[in-house]
Amino acid sequence: MNLKLKIWRQAKAESKGRMVTYSITDVSPDMSFLEMMDMHNEQLIQKGEDPVAFDHDCREGICGMCSMFINGEAHGPDRLVTTCQLHMRKFKDGDTIIIEPFRANAFPIIKDLVVDRSAFDRIQQAGGFVSVNTSGNTQDANSIPIDKHDADKAFDAATCIGCGACVASCKNASAMLFVSAKVSQYSLLPQGKVEATDRVLNMVKQMDEEGFGNCTNTGACEVECPKGISLENVARMNREYMIASLKG
Amino acid sequence: MITTTIARKVAMALSGLFLILFLGQHFTINMTSVFSEKTFNFLSHFMGNNPLVQFILQPILIFGVVFHFVLGFILQLKNNKSRNVKYISYKGSANASWVSRNMILSGIVVLSFLGLHFYDFWVPEMNYKYVEFLPQDPDRYYEELVHKFHSPIRVSIYAVSFIFLSLHLFHGFASSFQSVGLNNKYTKSIKLFTVAFSLVIPAGFIFIAIFHHLNG
Repeated sequence: MNLKLKIWRQAKAESKGRMVTYSITDVSPDMSFLEMMDMHNEQLIQKGEDPVAFDHDCREGICGMCSMFINGEAHGPDRLVTTCQLHMRKFKDGDTIIIEPFRANAFPIIKDLVVDRSAFDRIQQAGGFVSVNTSGNTQDANSIPIDKHDADKAFDAATCIGCGACVASCKNASAMLFVSAKVSQYSLLPQGKVEATDRVLNMVKQMDEEGFGNCTNTGACEVECPKGISLENVARMNREYMIASLKG
Repeated sequence: MITTTIARKVAMALSGLFLILFLGQHFTINMTSVFSEKTFNFLSHFMGNNPLVQFILQPILIFGVVFHFVLGFILQLKNNKSRNVKYISYKGSANASWVSRNMILSGIVVLSFLGLHFYDFWVPEMNYKYVEFLPQDPDRYYEELVHKFHSPIRVSIYAVSFIFLSLHLFHGFASSFQSVGLNNKYTKSIKLFTVAFSLVIPAGFIFIAIFHHLNG
């Protein structure tokens, strides 16, 4: 396939960015999107140009590092995939592909398509954990009976890889789906209930301080999430937050 | 408490649900005008002169309306600030409905309509009762209603406004339940009821306007 790529280029955080158009030839439909980007970068290097910076790591849909906004959608036109799982067979010969970084004030651009998603780390640090006494008397988690229904829902929430597609897709750049998944994965389990009140209050407070927008329930986050995290988690977080606020 | 994103979202939902309740009540009373002039006059006179309605429920309703649209504008402004650099290509239709992405637009149309509606009915009513202190006339309401719908332009404006109200309700009603934390086995039923409510109530209001225009 021969393609035209329109890619956001920005030398560093403070620089003014712009779209640059490139042509790329002999792209195999079996390539992953990142392999296509690798090939494109090799061609740029051969020409003595600066390659396009983009995030990637595991390349098997687990780590959540690849963060491109492709043709108007986070991780491109496919569903339930990350950019590394997107294949070039989703495009046609002669297509123009517009590639931008995830855009949100809380995700500042570092270079080109690389954005700083450490806001998610700080939200996690604010309460996305269970305090466990590891002095030698730790109870074996398998000895605590857990309702299968709750265990399944907690696991589903825990599949969130923190890629930020929810923020990137939301017209308000809201992080509610991510935060609600992290709140839910703990609060559904007995080990997480102990700190549930503080957790939801602290994580929402941190989310707000990071400058994410307000959720207006458009549902775009759920559709674009590569792990299919459900809006049910957002409702659960709203519920827990209201109860926690009333408790003080 | 209303300073956090979730608190604002819940407040928006609760005020919206309160306004939906009022809408249902308003619709019920207005619909009686199609079937019985006497019943409509009786109900309108009761609502217009009952102290509980006039001096407690009416101020609460006005506060609810103002609160809902002021908070809506605040949310919109804050959301606009959360992404300073916009996407060059953003395919919103790929993952969210038009109505859910344009609540501010449908809200502004409904708010503008409310201005006209207050000018048409509420301001003259306040003037009648509390400025000119005219004598009570329990039979005047039906005639006043029919008189307003003589104008085809006014009927058209009302009809278009109710279409936007329908769009606003289409997303807002079910969304309110999600905002207050209800997403469970009843969600599907709530969404079905939302579709029915957002079609039937605005269509009914349009019918009432056209009915009195044609029969007035």
